[in-house]
Amino acid sequence: MDLNTLWFALIAVLFMGFFFLEGFDYGVGILHPFVAKSDEERKAVIQTIGPVWDGNEVWMITAGGAIFAAFPQWYATLFSGFYLALFLMLVALILRGVGFEFRSKVDSPSWRNFWDWMIFFGSLVPALLWGVAVANLVRGVPIGPDMNYQGSFLTLLNPYGLLGGIAAVIVFTFHGANFLSLKLPEEMAPRARAAARAFAPLAVILAVLFVLGGYGYGLFSREGQLLAYLFAALAALGLLLGWITRLQGSDALAFWTTGLGVLFATAMVFAGLYPYVMPSSLNPEWSLTVYNASASPYTLRVMTYVALIFTPLVLLYQGWTYWVFRGRVSLGEEGGY
Amino acid sequence: MEALGLARFQFASTTTYHFFFVPLTLGLSILVAYMETVYVLTGDARYKKLAKFYGTLFMINFAMGVVTGLVQEFQFGMNWSGYSRFMGDIFGVPLAIEALLAFFLESTFLGVWYFTWDKVPKGLHALFIWLVAIGSNLSALWILIANSFMQHPVGYRLENGRALLESFPALFKNPHVWLQFPHTLFAALSTAGFFVAAVAAWHLLRNHRVELFSRAMRIGLTAGLLGSFLVALVGHYQADFVVRHQPMKFAAMEAIWEDLPEPAPWILYATIDEKAQENRNVIELPGVLSMLTHAPETENGERVFLGIKTLQKRYEERFGPGNYVPPVKLTFWSFRVMVASGLLMLLLAAIGLWLLFRGRLAQAKGFLALLIWAVLLPFLGNTTGWWTAEFGRQPWMVQDLLTIYQGVTPESVVSAGMVLLSSVGFTLLYLVLGVIDVWLLIKYAKTDPEAKTKTVLSY
Ligand code: HDD
Ligand code: HEM
Ligand code: HEM
Repeated sequence: MDLNTLWFALIAVLFMGFFFLEGFDYGVGILHPFVAKSDEERKAVIQTIGPVWDGNEVWMITAGGAIFAAFPQWYATLFSGFYLALFLMLVALILRGVGFEFRSKVDSPSWRNFWDWMIFFGSLVPALLWGVAVANLVRGVPIGPDMNYQGSFLTLLNPYGLLGGIAAVIVFTFHGANFLSLKLPEEMAPRARAAARAFAPLAVILAVLFVLGGYGYGLFSREGQLLAYLFAALAALGLLLGWITRLQGSDALAFWTTGLGVLFATAMVFAGLYPYVMPSSLNPEWSLTVYNASASPYTLRVMTYVALIFTPLVLLYQGWTYWVFRGRVSLGEEGGY
Repeated sequence: MEALGLARFQFASTTTYHFFFVPLTLGLSILVAYMETVYVLTGDARYKKLAKFYGTLFMINFAMGVVTGLVQEFQFGMNWSGYSRFMGDIFGVPLAIEALLAFFLESTFLGVWYFTWDKVPKGLHALFIWLVAIGSNLSALWILIANSFMQHPVGYRLENGRALLESFPALFKNPHVWLQFPHTLFAALSTAGFFVAAVAAWHLLRNHRVELFSRAMRIGLTAGLLGSFLVALVGHYQADFVVRHQPMKFAAMEAIWEDLPEPAPWILYATIDEKAQENRNVIELPGVLSMLTHAPETENGERVFLGIKTLQKRYEERFGPGNYVPPVKLTFWSFRVMVASGLLMLLLAAIGLWLLFRGRLAQAKGFLALLIWAVLLPFLGNTTGWWTAEFGRQPWMVQDLLTIYQGVTPESVVSAGMVLLSSVGFTLLYLVLGVIDVWLLIKYAKTDPEAKTKTVLSY
């Protein structure tokens, strides 16, 4: 495997981590106004991700930084091209981030209610937009001979893009509901389980539609097709098992199987794209690939050393924090102060 | 060129805004870690109360640092795609390392620290906040490595119209880093010091928890004194570096239009006319500029500070016609405001410590009131410092390699209307959130650290 391919794989891994972790984060944010009935209960819901959401978000930041370092042309084309979508996402993430911090700081129901809804939208909008973005990567976008994007924001809102967006929202909500079933106090967990059961069939159906659409757009006909098929099968298996274990099985099983579904679905997209990073819908020649979009061999080598040393370290201590906060949160818990 | 102006406005405003919160994160993480360490080592519960109290303020500030930083991460791609294509091979490296090495560390352990008071052994708990402090300050190091390349490019070669990385160690060893990084850190330390002192002054002024806040005052003023002294010291060497490596920036900082032989005066005040390229109503201190720094030697052995007009001519000879003069008035005054803020801080911190050790600070009501307002000084210094460094190198995005005209995203991809929309959006959002954040900071700065309030709970 050459370094370009290795970096493509590493970025895929970063997105897998990002969608797995922020996936349930976003799901929790989307569900929290609905599964909690009182202020104390909402606090408990947010407490489930309180200590970890920022660490999870750094997966996205690192993915962005890694794309910049390893594939600068991809970074330039993607983020200038998807400008308004990214702007909306940033606004949503800003409101969500301060929402977590601000909501508890004033003892007034309307204040808390306001920030609770900001957390809701701040989770919903990025989930939706990431789905739209990924679907459009699969589908191909109008990229010209100079590597610049030639479409507009509306170009992204095609039926397949919207399908991707909705699929991401539903799958993340399902994933988040499973996480909440695992972490909420026993008296609240049944509501999260009911939500998970409701979202499970939808998640499976939408995921299947997404894969079929991807098939239509050539996701399984490029160099990575074998892996893409394998990952698609594993993703389907994961989500199905998530559904089944949600109906009869433990919270932990449901969470992990669904999570594997999310991981493999992400892996499928990347395997299916390879060797492209952004296929052009105008002319295949104008597509960005892991070769024409990449940094120099020297930079890739430097970054490889850095990644090989520090990624395991990060995984180790981040994994450890989940262990520290293992178990259910309790109502009225004095977290922190 | 409409989109370029807007993109510049957006970069300058969002980054300046990010840097309101950044220095407090950098400095306060260290001071809070220090407070908790004293508690762990001595068992003195008062320091635990202080660490918790200032820790709450830290969190409120940190949240804004995170969400404004998020915009920074993607802005290079959004508004500066030409730059990203040209520079990505080099610039992406420190940026990605910053995320992997520093952001993970600080965000992960801050979450752990915030939620595990009294749940883990206290030494371990103190270690968490130290990891946050190390993570934050490492992030500063890596982003400043990136910025230093733009000020003073090293370790690269040009190939097919792109800058490629030739030596990673050279990026790290860039002499500019080892001026800019300490300067920024000491600035951050002084910022946190004045912040801690201002909050303490508010309480002391009301004779509230005097014993506790006298301790905070001592920590704050010491950090303030140390920070502002060291920032001035490093700043002196930076000015030296600028004379030699970014002469146009230096000429703008000092509003030197014509070549100026040594011994040169230092301009205290001038009405700068950028159109006519001259200064009027000049008040200057003779010989002082030559005392502060030295002009590099020219070919024929004289020491002359090159003027803007000469430098402009040389740039045209080298790079073709164009305007290579940065906004002089802005650079000149930014520099003076920064230096003035530093000197004032040094003075205030010294007086404050003297009063404190004489045991007279609690009675010096007027001075305490002054200290509350003095918290604005480091913020002023930080902002004008970055303005000096960044406006002073215009129109270069990467010194002598890439101009802002080449760096901006083409208008066919991102139109002026789109940049306008996002600029207005970010500005309004930042304005509202900034007001709320400062209001919350003040609200919590006024709470009683001894009280067991339920509202200070996590969520
Ligand atoms: C000298 C220090 C410094 C400078 C010049 C910058 N930052 Fe910053 N940044 C920090 C020091 C810092 C920090 C202290 O580490 C922050 C501030 C508060 C915080 O939460 O971390 C941070 C937060 C922060 C975050 C959020 C991290 C998280 O979620 O935990 C991002 C993505 C960036 N920054 C990115 C940038 C970029 C792309 C910059 C260049 C324009 C930049 N910062 C300038
Ligand atoms: C946080 C501290 C910083 C502040 C307050 C700051 C502020 C500024 C200001 C005021 C400008 C001038 C804008 C203009 O003339 O239009 C500027 C330009 C620029 N700065 Fe910084 N800067 C900071 C850090 C950085 C860092 C760390 C980087 C890169 C790593 C950077 C990259 C740039 C770029 C690319 C430009 C050119 C774009 C433009 O001209 O607007 N800045 N910055
Ligand atoms: C008192 C004497 C001071 C001197 C002589 C001084 C000198 C300088 C110089 C020459 C620069 C520009 C460096 C460049 O463009 O490469 C600079 C930048 C800067 N200054 Fe200062 N400074 C002083 C005080 C302060 C204070 C008190 C603060 C804030 C509390 C501060 C914060 C900054 C910041 C944030 C920058 C931009 C980052 C950098 O380039 O290092 N400075 N300073």
